[in-house]
Amino acid sequence: MDPGFVVATFWRLMAALPLTLEVWALSVLIGGVIAMGLTWMRVGGSKPLAALSRGYVFVFRGSPLLIQLFVIYYGLSSFAFIRQSFVWPLLRDAFPCAVLSLALCTAAYTSEIFRGALAAVPNGQVEAARACGMSGFRLFRRVIFPIALRQALPAYSTEVISMTKATALVSLVTLWDMMSVALKIRNDTLVTYTPLLVAGAIYFVLNFLIARAFMAIEYRLSTHLRPRLA
Amino acid sequence: MLGFGAKGWGLALIEGAVMTLLVSFAGMLVGAAFGSCVAWARLSGHTIAGAVGDAYAAVFRGVPELLVVYFVYFGSSALLTGAFHLAGFEGFFGVPSFAAGALAVGVISGAYQAEVYRGAYLAIARGELEAARSVGMSRGLMFRRIIAPQVLRFAVPGLGNLWQVALKDSSLIAVTGLAELMRVSQVAAGSTRQPFVFYLAGGVLYLVLTTFSNRFFDFAEARATRGLRRMEG
Repeated sequence: MDPGFVVATFWRLMAALPLTLEVWALSVLIGGVIAMGLTWMRVGGSKPLAALSRGYVFVFRGSPLLIQLFVIYYGLSSFAFIRQSFVWPLLRDAFPCAVLSLALCTAAYTSEIFRGALAAVPNGQVEAARACGMSGFRLFRRVIFPIALRQALPAYSTEVISMTKATALVSLVTLWDMMSVALKIRNDTLVTYTPLLVAGAIYFVLNFLIARAFMAIEYRLSTHLRPRLA
Repeated sequence: MLGFGAKGWGLALIEGAVMTLLVSFAGMLVGAAFGSCVAWARLSGHTIAGAVGDAYAAVFRGVPELLVVYFVYFGSSALLTGAFHLAGFEGFFGVPSFAAGALAVGVISGAYQAEVYRGAYLAIARGELEAARSVGMSRGLMFRRIIAPQVLRFAVPGLGNLWQVALKDSSLIAVTGLAELMRVSQVAAGSTRQPFVFYLAGGVLYLVLTTFSNRFFDFAEARATRGLRRMEG
């Protein structure tokens, strides 16, 4: 491996890092919001809404993200009525399509995590809060949410990390993320290993940092579980 | 268009689904080999073997699956071409995309399977191993009679999840040109100019595959744990 080439490759890949991060951050954010809606539908008590939410999770967890991305990017644009509708300026470009399909997919996995976390809130805590006269949003904000958040964090961090890895798929819908830049360098220079290895190292460090950040949050949120120092 | 006639893509899609099953299954087997080696390395107590196992699991869980697929595909072809050049042959030699795909799915799955096997081994009651040792079983016999059957039993639910993951990861092999379900959908979408219909049909077939294999693993789990007492219910 030629060190000069490694450095040059590294900087060309770093130039594509912002796009990878944008896709990642937007889809995690939007996916999280959709997931909250799905979870609310699932546990809200309405049977049709719960069935709808279950169906959504079934479809988006049961098929590969790649085919979902292609349905949205290549599939939807083949309809004339979509090309004439108000959503076309959005669906015309690869970037919103990529973010949308990543968000829809992660929402399915995330809503299952949220649901599990809600189910893990001890019933006694909720009863106690009700006995004190809390209800509705205050009960959620003060009792259910803080407990559920701590329950959800470990699984949620795994999902967020898998989203960093999923952003590599946007290279297949013409976006210039790190993955496609690595492939372009490989194509142009005919160097087999270096571009992919450097890209892999950047993804790895990125995921390592995300995992560390989540560990730090978990540590901060579990102060009450650690033995006190004398 | 989706029919089975001369102009229909139905048969091609079904064949693609079968190819997806085959390559995912081959990938799971490769993953079982890698995974059990890594699990052994991490349980062995050897410092170096443990570190190698940890590194393997961390790397293949930390980089995108698509990157692994490209790396294995391009990398193994480059290795093969290099080997042929050494042997005096000219030109480019590609690794069959089935082999490269199964290997790629396998090395990814192996990183996760290692955890499943490790957890399953740790779930075996210590007393059983002590009892086996105290009746004088050799290590090989103990592995065959006590450890392997229980590891397999405890690993069934985890392996079921990883099978689903392997099925979905196998769609990435489409980039190597292997005619699995994703690739067939792509070709059909391109040549009929009906991307929505064919990607949707491909997606539905993936759903069929994941649903039916879920059923199978539920059945396998019920059968594997029929001798165990239930914790609840």
